[in-house]
Amino acid sequence: MIDIVSKRYWFFAVSLLVILPGLYSLATAGLKLSIAFTSGSLLELRVNSVTNQTLAVADVRRIAGERISSDAVIQIGGADTIIIRSKPMKQDDKVALVVDLEAMYGKTTELSFETVGAEVSQEVTGAAVNAVILASLAILAWITVAFYRVPKPYRYGVAAIIAMLHDVAVVIGMASILGQLFNFEIDALFLTALLTVIGFSVHDTIVVFDRIRENVVRHRGMAYESIVNHSIVQTLDRSINTTLTVLLTLFALWLFGGITIRNFVLTLLLGIFSGSYSSIFNAAQILVAWESGEVGRFFRRLRGQATA
Amino acid sequence: MNQRSPRALIAVLLLAAAALWVDLDFSHGEWYKSLLFWRPAESRDLKVVLGLDLQGGQEVLLQPDPGPGQIIKSDDIVAAIVVITKRINALGVAEALIQKVGLDRIAVQLPGVKDPDQAIKTFGQTGLLEFIDTGEVSVPEGTLVTTTGFSGSADSGTPAASATSAPTTPATRAPTLSPTGAATTPLSGTTGVTATASVTPSAPLSPTLPLTQTPALGPYRTIMTGIHIESAQVGFDQTTNEPIVQFTLKSDGARIFADYTSKNVGRYLTIVLDKRVISSPRIQSAILQGSGQISGNFTRDSAESLSVQIRYGALPVPLKILSSRTVGPTLGQDSINKSLLAGLIGIGAVVIFMLLYYRLPGLLANLALILYGGLVFAIFKLLPVTLTLAGIAGFVLSIGMAVDANVLIFERMKEELRAGRSLRSAMRAGFERAWLSIRDSNISSLITCAILFWFGSNFGASIVAGFALTLAIGILVSLFTAIFVTRTLMNFVIDSELVKNLWWYGVGSSNEPGA
Repeated sequence: MIDIVSKRYWFFAVSLLVILPGLYSLATAGLKLSIAFTSGSLLELRVNSVTNQTLAVADVRRIAGERISSDAVIQIGGADTIIIRSKPMKQDDKVALVVDLEAMYGKTTELSFETVGAEVSQEVTGAAVNAVILASLAILAWITVAFYRVPKPYRYGVAAIIAMLHDVAVVIGMASILGQLFNFEIDALFLTALLTVIGFSVHDTIVVFDRIRENVVRHRGMAYESIVNHSIVQTLDRSINTTLTVLLTLFALWLFGGITIRNFVLTLLLGIFSGSYSSIFNAAQILVAWESGEVGRFFRRLRGQATA
Repeated sequence: MNQRSPRALIAVLLLAAAALWVDLDFSHGEWYKSLLFWRPAESRDLKVVLGLDLQGGQEVLLQPDPGPGQIIKSDDIVAAIVVITKRINALGVAEALIQKVGLDRIAVQLPGVKDPDQAIKTFGQTGLLEFIDTGEVSVPEGTLVTTTGFSGSADSGTPAASATSAPTTPATRAPTLSPTGAATTPLSGTTGVTATASVTPSAPLSPTLPLTQTPALGPYRTIMTGIHIESAQVGFDQTTNEPIVQFTLKSDGARIFADYTSKNVGRYLTIVLDKRVISSPRIQSAILQGSGQISGNFTRDSAESLSVQIRYGALPVPLKILSSRTVGPTLGQDSINKSLLAGLIGIGAVVIFMLLYYRLPGLLANLALILYGGLVFAIFKLLPVTLTLAGIAGFVLSIGMAVDANVLIFERMKEELRAGRSLRSAMRAGFERAWLSIRDSNISSLITCAILFWFGSNFGASIVAGFALTLAIGILVSLFTAIFVTRTLMNFVIDSELVKNLWWYGVGSSNEPGA
């Protein structure tokens, strides 16, 4: 049988290797927040008539500077799409801006226009944080209830939450790095993806834990470490297959789905992959480390170093 | 449920037929409408409701923006919703949704609206029309003015009811206009709608609209407001052929108008909407017929918009736009095509995978998965669930997760078969032992869905709520199809001699030990 549990520190190290750069980026550069959290306007136009004017950021910026504000962010997408981000635009100003752009480039089609005021964006941000905290607590409570027959049931809850925080850290860290590299923005859909990842991560972890729960009863007297290893190996096929089917559908969405949900799907892909990894290589191993007193020893050593 | 159970199989087949019947687009007849008792009588149909991001449209979140000293009552929000609803109906937007969100916010959803800018103008403006006395001067169009108003804003009376209620108090608020009693011609008799008011559009002092914030002029005395107007419609000026707004007055309005115009010939009667001058005509002669017209620099649309605002009265309280989102129909259609394609490819990949890896059980799981798709889509139509892009993503994701329960069961079954159990008992053990972990893991997903839904519906993030709802429906239905349907199908085929070889179950290639 494959021995996964005894190599647990290697797997923890791999996780840290992925998480630390992300967290570093998060601490130094933060996240690129969309207007849903910072307030502002996002106008997306497609130029559909043929004029001799080619789209140039400088021209659009000059026009936008006259009508809305000079610190608007202008992007040209492809040959015919203009994206303008700014502080919240007034309706009249937007209409005037579009009129001016049409004078320059000919007829345009408004693909999308979004404005979020500061009040709403603050509420959304607050609610998002609350939603994540609330989801964690509810899941912790649920696992403790579901595992009440096993000795020390709260450990299962805590281990599942740690594995879940692992996935959250992976996703947010990657989002921060992608924000630096590719202007990846955090919007309401990102939050949705994050919460889904949380759900999936716990879902996956519980399947492994369920097997441990069963084997603990069935193989009394066997070492906890080998029971856990046994359980992981027994559920390995299922873990891989389920992840594979979910990733297959997500890949299809990523390749063929609309551009508007591409970031959403990418977030899900990263998170679900991480969720499977943590449920196989981290969650159950934390239980073993805890059971064998390694966690306590680790903290004692930390404290020892602090006092020394 | 150990042996073949024809009853369960018949139930599954009936369910599949019902789902197919709901899913397919054909003329369903009328009788089914009585079955959809949970939906309002006027919207009982089996259409897919597409969200704004899929069909294009506009979503606006409004909040009262009271002037100084103005207190908002909860009645005002209700009245504002009534006024907005009437205005939107007049715009001809189908399936608009106007609802109160939270304590005092109003969410307006306009699917498929063609000109979002004009729509915002029509329903978002207060729509307080005033006729003010500007004495000897013509005020340029677009100028911001202050007025004495009827107590500052339109909060006298309920404007929403203006079409039906009898004219009330405000007549007394124009003290200088002592009613002469000289009855004007009854308005019902005016047939030729045009050419009554002395509207010669004043030549604007500056050629373009002064958009700059000049300090407001005034205050000017308000002679009359939109409350006194019975009806309004768009017409065309006979000489210039420009769009104008024609109106007829209620009897008390007609009295005020007749009285005022006959005493003030030669002076200017300026027409103001939301404190901004529309036109400032000179009174050329007394207007006794109780009807008139407003001209300004109207386009067809802006004239329509003004006439709608006049017809349905002013909002009881000014509203400000908290957030708005417009999606063009091009983008929407593009998204729906792409995600449908992605969904099909996703399902196809999962079906092939299951078939290759799990063989016979995989085939049965695929049948259950197809039924799953049909059932979920039928529920989307029946409830109905508004399908958004995120909602479709939730659905596609749930396909991947829908087979999870089956994967758990089949893996367990394989283990039991390898351990030497008979087919039947391995199957029973597979379903029984997998159930606990299916239950526990799916409940944790449902908890997340509930929190997502709460988050989405309370904070105007409707995409989030849509995603949570479709995912939750997907999880619940998949529990049913992956457990009940797969087991029923399996019960039915497992005893067949054709599939005794364990190869069919993805375990080596030997025969069942007990067989």
